[in-house]
Amino acid sequence: MGELTRHVDALIIGAGPAGLSAALSLKKSGVEDILIVEREDAPGGILLQCIHNGFGLNAFKEELTGPEYAERYVKVVRENNIETLLNTAAVDIVTLQDKKTVILLSKKKGLVKVTAKAIILAMGCRERNRGNIAIPGSRPAGIMTAGFAQKMTNLHGYLPGKNIVVVGSGDIGLIMARRLTWEGCRVKAVVEILPYPGGLNRNIVQCLNDFGIPLYLSHAITKITGARRIKSVQVAPIDKNLEPKKEGAFTLTCDTLLLSVGLIPENELSIRAGVMLDPVTGGAVVDAELMTSIPGIFSCGNVLHVHDLADFVSEEADYCGKAAGEYIQRGPAKKKEIPVKTGHLVRYVLPSRVEAGKKALISLRAIAPAKNINMVVRTDKEIILKKKHRIISPSTMLRVPIEEVPRDAQYLEVSFIPEEK
Amino acid sequence: MKKDLTCITCPMGCTLEVTYDKKHVISVTGNQCKRGETYAENEIFHPMRTVTTTVRISGADVPLLSVKTEKTVPKKLCSRVVKLASAVSVKAPVSAGDIVIKNLLDTGVNLVATRSLNRSS
Repeated sequence: MGELTRHVDALIIGAGPAGLSAALSLKKSGVEDILIVEREDAPGGILLQCIHNGFGLNAFKEELTGPEYAERYVKVVRENNIETLLNTAAVDIVTLQDKKTVILLSKKKGLVKVTAKAIILAMGCRERNRGNIAIPGSRPAGIMTAGFAQKMTNLHGYLPGKNIVVVGSGDIGLIMARRLTWEGCRVKAVVEILPYPGGLNRNIVQCLNDFGIPLYLSHAITKITGARRIKSVQVAPIDKNLEPKKEGAFTLTCDTLLLSVGLIPENELSIRAGVMLDPVTGGAVVDAELMTSIPGIFSCGNVLHVHDLADFVSEEADYCGKAAGEYIQRGPAKKKEIPVKTGHLVRYVLPSRVEAGKKALISLRAIAPAKNINMVVRTDKEIILKKKHRIISPSTMLRVPIEEVPRDAQYLEVSFIPEEK
Repeated sequence: MKKDLTCITCPMGCTLEVTYDKKHVISVTGNQCKRGETYAENEIFHPMRTVTTTVRISGADVPLLSVKTEKTVPKKLCSRVVKLASAVSVKAPVSAGDIVIKNLLDTGVNLVATRSLNRSS
């Protein structure tokens, strides 16, 4: 077969914001032999097609566009001589002679096996598609995800159509509504099945309100019409059971339907490796070190759970790189771990375990929107943290830093408790 | 007069309650940082936006170069900026920060590259 084999200390899969940040953090922690693999022809991941601004306010204290944000990391990765294999896909993770081995495939080098002391999964996420939301009707051309339209428009210079309807109010859909309006398209409406928008408030303002694009909350697309190309969609208000109502239904003519209906961590490779996944986040179950159920395999960024901001991805990956660095240099840590549980109104918490006596950062999302509510972190014995939130929403990931995880706690539980009057 | 605004300066998206008269903002509440006040003042009297778009590039591995207005420009000029950009073509190599169009529509604001692109190999 002529397969080549390489050995590295750390192999990172994906050169997006997570992979790049994890690489730099590994290097900082003293690991020299690092390899990043990336299936696209340039590092930066999805940031390269996110040409809008809004990145970097946390990480760099200034507002950057996606490509600028990526370039900050790419530059330092280059300066540190960290090798990045482009146009290379990781196709499998296997154990060969007790060694974790990643099978890489590229046009240039064919199949290459790389064994690594630690692997960091940083593959990011992908968009939910029409099959995930089951819209009835025919299957004409002109229906695509908002992110795909973004790639066509911003990287290749093709507009997806002229008269656009967006289904789902996720940030990518909102950003594309503005982008396409600026480019001369007519965006007729954004249709959201939930009673609240999926994207950030600022994007509702600057991407929809600025252009008078209507946002129909609690509405669904009930039919797609068109033979070769999509011609129209039927929109209907929905009742409490998410069933469409006849009253108030209307038709929008369009030649393009963009789907912005959520993101799914891209974990096919993790599944092949045998990593245990969390059915709620769609990402790996991880410990305090962001290590998966397989020792030596770590996970961070959108492949672990979908983030709202690239800045938080970078921060999580920085932490992950440091933990992987410790693992490579000192072996598995012997530590006391305390499980973290979801309480009232909390959809998920991450990580699922934290280390006793140490600092921890817990990420979480709410199940439903609420106002004036306290986020409460408690152990089996006492409340250790209470913070008031004016507004919470499932579309906003929250993060709660714990100064020191109590050593004697049986568990930590995060919940939202309405304020007592 | 009173108006509720959503601040778009950062992803927090604070809800601002703005009290103002014909010429001045009198008070802003609900903002969690100073930038909320500047935003309210601008948004009431002369709304400003950053424009991000693309221009054509030749000689690079990709056909488009992403660009932005270096600073915010009046909101009503945004679509004209995009139109101007779509008529421009630059040559590789380009570094992020390079000026693509100087002094856009006499605003004093430049359109700059947001990505570095080398000549295709």
